[in-house]
Amino acid sequence: MTAGTPAGGQESTAGEEAAEPDTHGHLMALADKAIGAGEGPRTPAPDPVNPVMIRHWAEAMGDANPRYAGPDAVAPPAMIQVWTMAGPGGRAARASRTPLDDLLGAFDETGYTGVVATNCEHTYHRHLRPGEHLTAGTRMTDIAGPKRTALGEGYFVTWTVTWYSQDEPVAEMLFRLLKFRPRERPAPREPYPLRPAVNRDTAFFWEGARLGELRVQQCAACGLLRHPPGPVCPSCHSTERAYVVARGEGTVYSYVVHHHPPVPGLETPFAVAVVELPEGVRIVGDVVGCPPSEVSVGMPVRVEFREMDDELTLPMWVPGGES
Amino acid sequence: MTSLSGRTAVAGIGATEFSKDSGRSELQLAAEAVLAALDDAGLAPSDVDGLVTFTQDANTEIAVARETGIGDLSFFSRVNYGGGAACGTVLHAAMAVATGVADTVVCYRAFNERSGRRFGQPNTGIGGEPSSQGLEMSWHAPYGLLTPAAWVAMFARRYMHRYGATSEDFGRVAVAMRRHASTNPAAWFHGRPITLEEHQASRWIVEPLHLLDCCQESDGGVALVVTSAERARDLRRPPVVVLAAAQGSGAGQMMMTSYYRDDMTGLPEMGVVGRRLWEMSGLGPADVRTAILYDHFTPFVLTQLEELGFCGRGEAPDLVREGGLEIGGRLPVNPHGGQLGEAYIHGMNGIAEAVRQLRGTAANQLDDVENVLVTAGTGVPTSGLVLSRDR
Repeated sequence: MTAGTPAGGQESTAGEEAAEPDTHGHLMALADKAIGAGEGPRTPAPDPVNPVMIRHWAEAMGDANPRYAGPDAVAPPAMIQVWTMAGPGGRAARASRTPLDDLLGAFDETGYTGVVATNCEHTYHRHLRPGEHLTAGTRMTDIAGPKRTALGEGYFVTWTVTWYSQDEPVAEMLFRLLKFRPRERPAPREPYPLRPAVNRDTAFFWEGARLGELRVQQCAACGLLRHPPGPVCPSCHSTERAYVVARGEGTVYSYVVHHHPPVPGLETPFAVAVVELPEGVRIVGDVVGCPPSEVSVGMPVRVEFREMDDELTLPMWVPGGES
Repeated sequence: MTSLSGRTAVAGIGATEFSKDSGRSELQLAAEAVLAALDDAGLAPSDVDGLVTFTQDANTEIAVARETGIGDLSFFSRVNYGGGAACGTVLHAAMAVATGVADTVVCYRAFNERSGRRFGQPNTGIGGEPSSQGLEMSWHAPYGLLTPAAWVAMFARRYMHRYGATSEDFGRVAVAMRRHASTNPAAWFHGRPITLEEHQASRWIVEPLHLLDCCQESDGGVALVVTSAERARDLRRPPVVVLAAAQGSGAGQMMMTSYYRDDMTGLPEMGVVGRRLWEMSGLGPADVRTAILYDHFTPFVLTQLEELGFCGRGEAPDLVREGGLEIGGRLPVNPHGGQLGEAYIHGMNGIAEAVRQLRGTAANQLDDVENVLVTAGTGVPTSGLVLSRDR
């Protein structure tokens, strides 16, 4: 590794992998079983439809509809899930696992640990009144996959929940979710530890470096070129600033080879030079692309932009350019 | 306008031992040095009404006053730019005394620079703040150019290119300093001289600087008592008169990376100081018996000799080749061994050595010392003194 190369920062090349055939088959078999099982056991709501929960829900949702208050209150249809919703331990606490539970468990075991709800559609047949005892039954209806998504590869699983009062269906919900393998993102590059302070007087230089431009401040009034830049032209005192993009060639005016002590983010030995530009200013930068022992005063160099991390690009110098 | 020349004097000097691990806080070192300097002068803490230190010093004036029992202060001041502050502290003190702002001012510098924060280690946060200095550092620090040795090495390379100076020429400075330190019992390198071969064989720090081109790192403290020359004559020690004192920065100056302004082979800020010192003192290079030149890195000793007029541009390598800097040479430099040999107390120990040479109490005492030139940190905005025997 040569000077100026970040110590870390190799990009990960790990891409997406398609589901292994046996995993896919295993999941599809479980899905077929879950779909074939039809509607599962009906789970009873722990409490009948009641005015306390209706009032609390309407308050929490900010729903002031008068139909949900008073002695003749009905339940807001949208709270249908509330009557049978289990707590965090609810699924495990249930007496027996359903084929759908087995399928969802298998997704987790095979790496499809991500989950995101994609559809939730309610159908209400009538209003519910306090005192009604509800049950809910779940029926898996569809599976689609594997699909490539922005989140990662996964399966869309659809099921329907039907709520009953006695044996009368009173509401349904179509629910679809995506179980996915979280995309393995390339590890973010280690931030380069030697960061410049940047303010409004100097930002143009660093922005230019990111764009591959070696920018030299120029006074917009008198044309003076100046590096390092500053807010006021020392010659005419104008604060109107512009810049020129330097050709990117220069000669080594002086240089050092750093051996000790270790410098975070760089590997020793490395060469740093004062480079004189034909535009008439000097600039400091590392000389890379040749062993430090080959750097000399008067050596022609040309600029090369090095991305040090996701944010910082440094103009550095390599042998070459016009003599 | 009245001149500052001759109006004030250094009446006392004090120091802790110089070590690599003082085993005590920087504030304690400062207090010990201040009390030692007052004792040397024959003054009590209650006589002090002013304190001056470096901007970089971690011990506030009021903390030092509290620890030492110094009461009310009517003057306190700090001098910026690292070791460039050293002689500047005496200038500030002398101005305060000469104008009646204070009667007795103590200048101090104390740190655990070896066992605590080491200046030679990379400070990756150095460019982190968008202050003017942080922005200035930001043109260099991202490239790993962030140690004092590296900053100085950039000048040294250009000097070698321009004048044909060699690493051996730098090495001869180190050899001379270590020779002087070897017979100074207060020096860390007492009894440990080096040869030019050892210098050449020492590892690279930042080419073209070898390890032995770089001064040591030290724990310790030094303090100096400044009062009016008139009053100093009534005190315990013979006064050492501040014949001239000056600060200087050059056009286009940066903290230590003034690579953009000229041909990088001089130290224009030291030129400013030198011209002021010669003008104020009425003396010239031939009138000083010895020079205490700031020697954190050997190459800038050569540059200073040229800036101060002890030789022409590019002639310093010849001066060192003939042994001119050694005791017995044309211009003995740093008879105490300098910071390369005695200790790195940011230049303050050099001022104390000048005082000893003028009192006649130095370990490596030169004869007929009437005037001594002292400089402060190089590559930074700096300062200097001409100290003289009372006459």
